Amino acid sequence: MRYLPLTAEDRSAMLAKIGVDHVDALFADIPADKLLRGPVDLPRRKGEAEVERILSRMAAKNVPAASVPFFVGAGAYRHHVPATVDHLIQRSEFLTSYTPYQPEIAQGTLQYLFEFQTQVALLTGMEVANASMYDGSTGTGEAVLMAHRVTRRNKAVLSGGLHPHYAEVVKTLSHMAGDTVVAAPPSPKADEDLAALIDGETSCLVVQNPDVFGNLRDLRPLAAACQARGALLIAVVTEIVSLGLVESPGAMGADIVVGEGQSLGNGLNFGGPYVGLFAARQKFVRQMPGRLCGETVDAEGKRGFVLTLSTREQHIRRDKATSNICTNSGLCCLAFTIHMTLLGEAGLARLARINHANAVKLAEMLGDVRGVEVLTGAFFNEFTLKLPGNAAAIVERLAAKGVLAGVPYSRLAPAAGLDDLMIVANTEVNTDEDRAAFVGALKEVV
Amino acid sequence: MLNNQGRPTAAGAAGAQSHPTFTGNRALMIEEALLFEIGRADVTGVDLDEPEGIAFSSEVGTGSREENASGKRAFKHRLGGLERKGAIGLVGLSEPETMRHYVRLSQKNYGIDTGLFPLGSCTMKHNPRLNEKMARLPGFADVHPLQPQSTVQGALELVDELARWLLALTGTEAVAMSPKAGAHGELAGMMAIKAAIEARGEAETRRVVLVPESAHGTNPATAALIGFVVKPVPARADGTVHVEDVRALLGPDVAAIMLTNPNTCGIFEPQVVEIAAAMHAAGGYFYCDGANFNAIVGKARPGDLGIDAMHINLHKTFSTPHGGGGPGAGPVVLSARLAPFAPLPFLRRTETGLELVEDRAAAGESRPFGRVTAFHGQMGMFVRALAYMLSHGADGMRQASEDAVLNANYIRAGLQDLMSVPFPDHPSMHEALFDDAWLKDTGVTTLDFAKAMIDEGYHPMTMYFPLVVHGAMLIEPTESESRAALDLFIMALRDLALRAKRGETERFAGAPFHAPRRRLDETRAARAPVLRWTPPEPVRDAAE
Repeated sequence: MRYLPLTAEDRSAMLAKIGVDHVDALFADIPADKLLRGPVDLPRRKGEAEVERILSRMAAKNVPAASVPFFVGAGAYRHHVPATVDHLIQRSEFLTSYTPYQPEIAQGTLQYLFEFQTQVALLTGMEVANASMYDGSTGTGEAVLMAHRVTRRNKAVLSGGLHPHYAEVVKTLSHMAGDTVVAAPPSPKADEDLAALIDGETSCLVVQNPDVFGNLRDLRPLAAACQARGALLIAVVTEIVSLGLVESPGAMGADIVVGEGQSLGNGLNFGGPYVGLFAARQKFVRQMPGRLCGETVDAEGKRGFVLTLSTREQHIRRDKATSNICTNSGLCCLAFTIHMTLLGEAGLARLARINHANAVKLAEMLGDVRGVEVLTGAFFNEFTLKLPGNAAAIVERLAAKGVLAGVPYSRLAPAAGLDDLMIVANTEVNTDEDRAAFVGALKEVV
Repeated sequence: MLNNQGRPTAAGAAGAQSHPTFTGNRALMIEEALLFEIGRADVTGVDLDEPEGIAFSSEVGTGSREENASGKRAFKHRLGGLERKGAIGLVGLSEPETMRHYVRLSQKNYGIDTGLFPLGSCTMKHNPRLNEKMARLPGFADVHPLQPQSTVQGALELVDELARWLLALTGTEAVAMSPKAGAHGELAGMMAIKAAIEARGEAETRRVVLVPESAHGTNPATAALIGFVVKPVPARADGTVHVEDVRALLGPDVAAIMLTNPNTCGIFEPQVVEIAAAMHAAGGYFYCDGANFNAIVGKARPGDLGIDAMHINLHKTFSTPHGGGGPGAGPVVLSARLAPFAPLPFLRRTETGLELVEDRAAAGESRPFGRVTAFHGQMGMFVRALAYMLSHGADGMRQASEDAVLNANYIRAGLQDLMSVPFPDHPSMHEALFDDAWLKDTGVTTLDFAKAMIDEGYHPMTMYFPLVVHGAMLIEPTESESRAALDLFIMALRDLALRAKRGETERFAGAPFHAPRRRLDETRAARAPVLRWTPPEPVRDAAE
């Protein structure tokens, strides 16, 4: 077997050195009737070429985003990732290293985490950021738990513009932990009165911006309403590129910002792995979940970096920890930070402008299709259409015509009764030809 | 071009002293400044084309329709007055500068490809590059989780096939694929247990979860997170959990036990079957922490041992790269008793193909407890794990576990005359545990010994874990090491051990001497945390 260096001769010599006759003597603690006498009923080993054939056949049954006009978003976005990013994250020393428990030989990982934390704090307009979460949705669940700890209350209010999957993650976690969730009904036009839902028991309000329908929201009145009642404002950003053009949640008064960082550096990957961004005000730092990287010096006084404030974490605090998180999204945050470094301030702003301009152009084109209404007034690169019919069926018909058009809202929340809504995303990768193909196909199916 | 004419070719003065350099660099070991010290706000390494026929006016967000200098129609934005007012503060690098920055950073890291990485409980095995190549196939990497299911049947097939392999290897009934990492799988598994208890109407009464003192920290943290009360199970002198100690704690208030098997001392729990039976008889569930599954893949099936739920770290057992701390993937297998409560989404076979069930209303007979993450799980990791499994096959995986266990016992045999083994009565599984009794009165600690290993070119073992062993050193070589590599490792550790016993403390107290950094001050880092770069004072004054 190509991955196993030991030869039969090695194995015999090693068993002799250990002083046993057969390798099964080392498995003596397994009850004899439970020890398998031969391989389980699965295929035998395969050469590299054969494995490639099998997996390539499976891959070929899917329709990759790049192969068609593609406008699917709703929490995961197709952007162009520079070739440099994928090359660098495959450097052995990044790819095959572990969580930096031995900082003297992990300064590479630690320094990029420190730079990543700085970038995330700047982007979100917050004072501190952690070294990443699994993804935006689990980060949102952790943010709600953190707000409960900070406020010593246990009721969360969720906006009707929060991605339904994110809302489900929060609801599941809250139900299990015995906490309360008040979820506002879906608000495709962002016209909900969230301030009215905040009371003296509320620990936090969770608002997504841009929201799942694409609406841009002014968080300032909500921040004021939260502050008046001693609750925290948690802002969720699923399209991080928007922050190149849109005011940051921190500047609008958010206390905790959670983001999905997939848009930068990371592919669609059918939903994972992605990278959760988590930022907060400095005063809450000791209540934050996840790894934190901090600056220090070594024995010779040279600057270096270590994981720090680990007394919050499970391996020290066990059942009193702020979270059970251990693994984070190391390599995905490396991809994020390299892409961010390549873009820089100027590149990110330009990328955001192109996304917005393309989306506005597409919205205007789709709005001209008979029977189709663009519901979203202010948006970044995503908006919602009201269609003259069932959106899921129309999306299927468009797929049959070779256009992956958007996400029917009913796929995310089947019980909401909003079967005629479709969420459409348009990024820098979409061309005028793509948009024309979309509009043309839509005219044929509605 | 190299001209040998007139150039000295001897090695030079061997006795000459090394000296500090002007740059602080040491040949290939190059100091690298922080991104924010070398980047500039106006530099970018990405060329982006303005869209045709449309251009922003220079002041973003003015909404002007006047013609701009280049004659393009100025663009009316739809940001609703929420455009960003000030600069973000980010910096950029050109592409060559970016390459150099991150390549230099990478050279300060130790990876599996660098050398032996015996980090106990973490299973740092070889990461085949075929798996990386397969994960990058556009049919897997460039598909969206919310595309119509008819356009992702191959992706669903891959998830289903991986699930089939996991079920066959574990002997269990169902598997929830969506958890993002081991601790997340643990959370999903414990949620399934809680949901099952709720369904029995015992949510108020069964609130205790038993956790052995030797457990990973995630176990008690997970149980506490969802409202369980953690009660420790005492450790026995031989490093195992005894069924009588579990029985003594059982009652109508006990929901579950969380047991790692093979355990964190590197021992297969000999009474695991009895413990499972006792737990079931008392109406509770058996959660198994699968972190150490690499020892028994193809040798024993956890389902046969009586487990109800076990997460599988694909990034440990099935070689998806650790990537400096993630991403992981933590599918959790479930027994028939827990299968109905598996979280959303899950796969179902229909007449037309595979269907991803994403919603309670469509769940039919089952009673999913909810959703633990957006979308469907770590697809990129699934591809890598299945590539690993297909490559090894059932026979290769069994051999891999045997080799992993063989290697650990070989290391133990090579060191046990010098270093103390706390539990000599049991064979080791895939990791060999030592304590620090042998270092008594030497003035050298486990930490010092670990740091001295760095100078010898090794990543240290897991230290001070498990907590039940004083000054623990947990060595997990994995199956990826050759006999020659193990022999050199054993000789290097023997040399260090003899030096420690001879009292050569200066070699240890100051270690590491040859790493990119000497020992780092963690106390200082925690006392006044600096968690991000901020501009030096004068610059900040000028900006205000």
